[in-house]
Amino acid sequence: MRKLHTFNGGIHPPEHKAESNAAPIASLPLLPRYVVPLSQHMGHPAAACVQPGDRVLRGQVIGLPEGRISTAVHAPTSGIVSAVEMRTLAHPSGLPGLCVVIESDGDDQACPTPPLDWHGLPQADVLEAVRHLGIAGLGGAVFPSAVKLDKGKAGHIPTLILNGSECEPWITCDDRLMRERADEVIQGAAIMRHLLGAETVLVGIEDNKPEALAAMTAAARGAGFPVEILAVPTLYPSGGAKQLTQLLTGLQTPTGLLSTDIGIQVFNVGTAASLYRALVLGQPLISRVVTITGHVARPGNFEVRLGTPIQALIEAAGGALPGASGQIVGGPLMGFELEDEQSPVAKSVNCIIVKHPALFPPAPPTLPCIRCGQCALACPAELQPFELYWYAKAKAFDKTERYNLFDCIECGCCSYVCPSHIPLVDFYRFAKSEIRARDKDSQAAQIARERHEFRQFRLEREKREKAEKLAQKAAGKPASGAAAADDPEAARKKAILQAAMERAAKAKEGVQPQNTDNLAPAVEQEIQAIEARRQGTDASTPPPEGDKSPVSTP
Amino acid sequence: MNGSPYVIASRNSVRLTMLKVLAALVPGIIAHAWFFGPGIWVSLIVCTLLAILFESLALVMRGYPLRPFLTDGSVIVTAWLFALSVPTLAPIWLYATGLLFAVIVAKHLYGGLGQNPFNPAMIGYAVLIVSFPMYMTQWPAPIHLAVHAPGLADAFDLVFAGGGLISVDAYTMASPLDTVKTLLRAGVPKEEILANPVFGRLSGSGLEWIAGMYLLGGLLLLANRVMTWHVPIVFLLAVAATAAGLHALDPSRHMGAVFHLFTASVMLGAFFIATDPVSGCGTPLGKVIFAAVAGFLTVIIRTYGGYPDGVAFAILLMNVAAPFIDLYTQPRVFGHRRHEKPKI
Amino acid sequence: MLTAILVLAGIGLVLGAVLGWAADYYKVEEDPVVEKIDAILPQTQCGQCGYPGCRPYAEAIAKGEADINRCPPGGEDGIQRLAELLGVEAKPLGEGLEPKLKSVAVIDESTCIGCTLCIQACPVDAIVGASKQLHTIVADQCTGCELCLAPCPVDCIAMEVIPARLDNWKWRYPVIRLKQAA
Repeated sequence: MRKLHTFNGGIHPPEHKAESNAAPIASLPLLPRYVVPLSQHMGHPAAACVQPGDRVLRGQVIGLPEGRISTAVHAPTSGIVSAVEMRTLAHPSGLPGLCVVIESDGDDQACPTPPLDWHGLPQADVLEAVRHLGIAGLGGAVFPSAVKLDKGKAGHIPTLILNGSECEPWITCDDRLMRERADEVIQGAAIMRHLLGAETVLVGIEDNKPEALAAMTAAARGAGFPVEILAVPTLYPSGGAKQLTQLLTGLQTPTGLLSTDIGIQVFNVGTAASLYRALVLGQPLISRVVTITGHVARPGNFEVRLGTPIQALIEAAGGALPGASGQIVGGPLMGFELEDEQSPVAKSVNCIIVKHPALFPPAPPTLPCIRCGQCALACPAELQPFELYWYAKAKAFDKTERYNLFDCIECGCCSYVCPSHIPLVDFYRFAKSEIRARDKDSQAAQIARERHEFRQFRLEREKREKAEKLAQKAAGKPASGAAAADDPEAARKKAILQAAMERAAKAKEGVQPQNTDNLAPAVEQEIQAIEARRQGTDASTPPPEGDKSPVSTP
Repeated sequence: MNGSPYVIASRNSVRLTMLKVLAALVPGIIAHAWFFGPGIWVSLIVCTLLAILFESLALVMRGYPLRPFLTDGSVIVTAWLFALSVPTLAPIWLYATGLLFAVIVAKHLYGGLGQNPFNPAMIGYAVLIVSFPMYMTQWPAPIHLAVHAPGLADAFDLVFAGGGLISVDAYTMASPLDTVKTLLRAGVPKEEILANPVFGRLSGSGLEWIAGMYLLGGLLLLANRVMTWHVPIVFLLAVAATAAGLHALDPSRHMGAVFHLFTASVMLGAFFIATDPVSGCGTPLGKVIFAAVAGFLTVIIRTYGGYPDGVAFAILLMNVAAPFIDLYTQPRVFGHRRHEKPKI
Repeated sequence: MLTAILVLAGIGLVLGAVLGWAADYYKVEEDPVVEKIDAILPQTQCGQCGYPGCRPYAEAIAKGEADINRCPPGGEDGIQRLAELLGVEAKPLGEGLEPKLKSVAVIDESTCIGCTLCIQACPVDAIVGASKQLHTIVADQCTGCELCLAPCPVDCIAMEVIPARLDNWKWRYPVIRLKQAA
C-alpha cells in the first residue's frame, strides 16, 4: 500500500453529501431550446461554425476550436439554430457571452461519429480528435484536455492521477459517477495512460465515499493495467490538483511550473469517463453529470445536456422549495452566486445549490483582523493570508505579489476559519484581477509608447528627407522658386492639402450643417424633405405647435 | 455581491476567542483571591469598567459603532491583564491613568482593534512603573504574612478613597522579585534572602500558586488551539535557560530557573501577553524568535536592569521588532524551493 | 593636544575613505527618474496635462515644473503611484481635469470623407486609411486620447466607453462595513 502524505492546513466543513448522493444519476427530458455557450473552457472561445437557420444534429460541431488552448463545442440535440447571440452565462460577473441557441426538433437525431482506434492511430491524430470532441476538464477548471494529454517534449509522463476526491461540501456528481460508471472511468484512464506514456495510475478518493471506493476498486481489477485506488482522508481541499498530488506522491508542484514538469498529470474522474465516451463510443462532450441540491424538493444528480438553462435543472429536481434565496454554482467554498437562472449549464458547472437562509446564514458582521493566524494554519498553499489581506486591503498590489498572492488557490479555507469573518478571498480575487488588469494596461502602454516613439521618429525622418531633397534640388538648380514651379507633383499635393484644410476650417466655423456629405440616398431625401418643410413653414405664419399640419391653421 | 466561500466555521469569532482567554485567566484569579484576599475582585471590576468607559469614549470619538466592538471582549482582556499585572488595591486614579494609556493611546490612537503595535496592557503597566514607581512597588502581602489582611471594605477604601483606614505597611510588603533584587545588590547571602517568609517552595509564597494556575489556564488554551505552542513554550524555555545559565555561572548571586518560571508575571506573560497576536509575530519561526528573545530579555532585565520585573519591557521591546522579524521569517510557500524574504 | 587633533583627523580620514568606498561599491544602478515616471504614465499621448505627450510631461515632472495630478487617464491610481515614486503626498486630480472612463474612438463609416486629418493627428498611428478612402481605427491600439476628434472636418469620430466584457471584467473591492452602526 502506498504511503499517503499530508498537506498543510485544510478544513472540515459540514459535508452535506447525503442529501444528493442516494439516488442514481437521472436524466432530463428533452427541452425545446438549448443555449450553448461558445466559451465553456479555459483559453480561447470556440468560433461559431453555424448560422441562424442551419439545421444541426446531436453531437454536430457548432463551435470550432480556435488557438492552441481551445476545444470544440457541439450541439446537444438536433434542431434549428435560431440565433448566435450574447446570452448571460453562469459566471461570477453575470455578463453575457456568445451562445448558439438551438430550437430542438424533438427527434434528437445523432450526428454519426465513428469510434476512434486510439490505440493504433498516431498520437497527434488522437489529440486532434480529443480537441474536436470538446473534451475539457470537468473538475471545474475546464482546461482543454487535448493540451494536457500532450506529453510534449518530455516524451512521457510517468504518473497519471485521477482526481475523485470531490472534497467540496454538497457536491456528489463524481461520487455518483464513480459508483455507476467506474468502468468508463478506468477505460478513460487507459486512454490517458496510453497518450501520456504513464506507468503509474493513481486514483485519489476521499474516504467519505466508501461506495465509490468499492466500485472503483472492483473496476480497477479488470483494467488490465495497474491502477491504485487510494482513500485519502476527508479534508478540504484534498481535491485541489496540487493538494491531491502532494497527498498521493509527496511532491509539490513548483510554483510557476506545471505538474507535468515533475512528471505528473492530474485529471478529474469525470473527464476520464467523457474521454472514453468520446473516443470509444463516438459521443462528443454534450452532457455532464450535475448535482442539484440544497433547498429543492428532490436533490440528486442528473446527466444534463450542455446548454440546459439552470432553471430547467432546478425544476427537474422538483423545483426550489419556498423561501429559497438564490443559487450557488459550484460548491459553497469556491462557487459563485448565480445572477440569472436562465444561464445555461456549461462544461464547468458541476453543482447547483439552491440557497436558503437556514442552510447558508448571512455572514456575521466583519471585525478588524487581529492577526490570530488561524488563516495561516488553515492555508493549504502555506501562505500568510493575513499579510496578503493587509496589503490587498491597502491596494498595495506590489506587496501582495511579493507575499506570493498568485500561489493562492482561492480555496476559501482562510475565510472559513477567520474569527473576524473577513471575506479574505474576495480581497485576493480583487487584488489578482487588479494586478492582471494593471499588467495588461502596462503592456498596452508599452505598445503605445513604442508606436508613439516610432511615429515621432518617422515624422522626423520625413522632415529630414524632405529637407535633404530640397537641399539637393537647390544645389542642382540655381533658383529655389523654380524648383517649386518645376515640381508639379508637389504643387498638386499642396493644393489638395490647402483645399482639405480650408474645408476643415469651414466645417469648424459651422458654416455648413455638419455630416451632410457622402450620405445614403434615403438620408439625403429625408434631409431634403425636412429642408422643404422648414422653408414652407417659414413662408406661412409659424404655427403654435410647429409639427401640426399647416392646413388646420386658419 | 460577495464571493465564496458562503459557509464559515460555526462557533468561531473574536468574541469567543477573547472569552476563552478570559476563562483561562479565572483559575489564576481565584488563586489570587485565595492567597491575597478579595481585593483582586475590586481592582478587576474597577479596571474592567474603566477600560469599557475609555473604549466607548474612543469608539464614539472615532465614529465606530459601540456594540460589535465592546462585545468583542478585547478591551476586557486588556483590562484583566492590566489588573493582574499592576499591584492590587492601588488608588483608582492610578488604574485610570494606566488604562487611559492602554486603551486610548496604545490601542485607539494606533487604529483600534487589530492595529496596535504594542500590547496595550503592557503599555499601561510601563507608563505607571516609569511614572509612579512608588505605587507600583506596593504589592499586597499574602494574607498569612500581612499584618492586617485587607477585607472588601478596606479594598474599597484603598481603591476609591486612597486608604487611611489601614496603613500601607500593614498590608503591603516587598515582592519576592523586589526582595531578591535589593538584597542581592546589597550583598546579602542568598540563603539568608530565601529565609524571608515572602518566598515559598518554588518562588514567591502564594504567587507560585497563581503562576501554576496561569500555567493551567494557558495549557487549556493550547489544548483548545486558541494559540500555537511556539510563543508560550519557547518563552518559558528561554526564561528557564537564561536563568539556569546565570545560575550556573554564579549560584550565589542568581536565582534558579524554577524561581523565575514560577513568578506569576512570567506565566502570565508566556501564555497571555507575549501571545497577543496583534503586537507579536505572525510567522512560526518569527514567533519562536520573538519568544526566545523576550524570555531572554526578561531574565536579563530582572537581573541587571533598574526595575525588579522585566516581562513587560521585554515584550514591549520585542513588539517593536515583531514586524521586522516577520519580514525576515516568511515561511516557505507551497511549491517554492526555500524561504524567500519578500523584498521591501 | 596635537595628538588629539591627529587622532581625530586620522579617524576622519579612515572613515571618510570607508564611506567613499562603500558609496561606490554599493552604488545602485537606477533608471533615471524620467524613465520611471514615464513607465507609470498611461502613454495615451493625449496632451490633457498640457504637454505634447507623456514623455514631455514626465520630463516636466522630473524637473519639478509640473504637478503629478495633471493626468486624467492615469487616474487616482496613477497619481498614487507617482506620489509613491517621488515621495510626495498624493492629491486629487488637478483643476479643470475630469477623470474619464476608458474609451476608444470609433469612426462613423457613413460619414467619413477620407480626409486623412485624423490619421495625422493620431499619436500612436492607430488609424488606418488613405486619402479619399474610408478610415478606420484599430481599437486595440487606440489609447482613447481624443486627439482625432478636433481635426475631423465632418465630426464623424465619436468616443465609445469600453463596455464590461468577460475578458476585462474585474472583481470589485470587497465592501466591509466596520463603521456602519450595527
